[in-house]
Amino acid sequence: MESKIMDHAVPTEYQSEQGKLNILGFWIFIAAEIILFATLFAVYGVLHTRTSDGPTGEDIFVIKDVVIQTLLLLTSSFTAGLVIYEMRRGNVRGLITWLIITLALGGGFLYMEINEFIHYVHVGAGIQTSAFTSSLLTLLGTHGAHVTLGIFWAIMVIIQLLQRGITPITASKVHIWGIYWHFLDVVWIFIFTFVYVGGLI
Amino acid sequence: MNSKTHGGFPYTHVVGYLLSIVLIIATLLVAFKTNLSASIVMIIIAGFAVVQAGLQLFMFMHMTEGEDRDTKVVHTVYAVFMAVVIVVGSIWVMTAGHPIH
Repeated sequence: MESKIMDHAVPTEYQSEQGKLNILGFWIFIAAEIILFATLFAVYGVLHTRTSDGPTGEDIFVIKDVVIQTLLLLTSSFTAGLVIYEMRRGNVRGLITWLIITLALGGGFLYMEINEFIHYVHVGAGIQTSAFTSSLLTLLGTHGAHVTLGIFWAIMVIIQLLQRGITPITASKVHIWGIYWHFLDVVWIFIFTFVYVGGLI
Repeated sequence: MNSKTHGGFPYTHVVGYLLSIVLIIATLLVAFKTNLSASIVMIIIAGFAVVQAGLQLFMFMHMTEGEDRDTKVVHTVYAVFMAVVIVVGSIWVMTAGHPIH
């Protein structure tokens, strides 16, 4: 499936017809993801005041941990940017190194999020407690599931890079994974702003 | 478009990263260290979030490059518009004129 390099002025990931189409297709998928998260934000926005007999956001949110999670994910988004940067310099070692650093940061984020969920369950905010906790945990859980998928996806991409190096096809796969990872950071920014900070003011 | 990435140091990435950290700190300061009313705070931090998202889309996600750039941009902007309609519309429909029972 590997195609000839057509134009050296163009980054490697756009040099094959398939790579180009896959990148465009992934942007179309991202639009669907935007709508998916919009529906979850809409549900949370409508239901977050309906706490029933359970705790409110102010009772359970730990802002210090949320800030650490945010910094981990923001930094991983930055290092994911450096992944593409190194790829375009043709530096496969740098590319894989930054990918692994990104994964470590993503793993740290996930570890904190799992602890956060355990904390919520301990303080009596399970997914069935109230409309507030249901919509909160669905929104956070969907985001966390995406991060988990992104980590396994990156591991697959690393294996292909080790086997084949930077080709138009592997480059487009790295680029697409990069779009996905940055998108997760964008979603988290809105969770941070509207769910956590908005819930505490 | 890719000339920026051929230098020795990824300036745009570092600038984008620093800006995103500044926006997070600004959000926290506005929310917890000022005495503004909750609705004003929400409007300001919502603005910060939109800037932050734009930063990611344009500086990190390479949305505006390649032959398909117009398709990508128009499609994504349309999706964002639909997202705003879904979120704002749902909250409006479900709360306006219905005081909490």
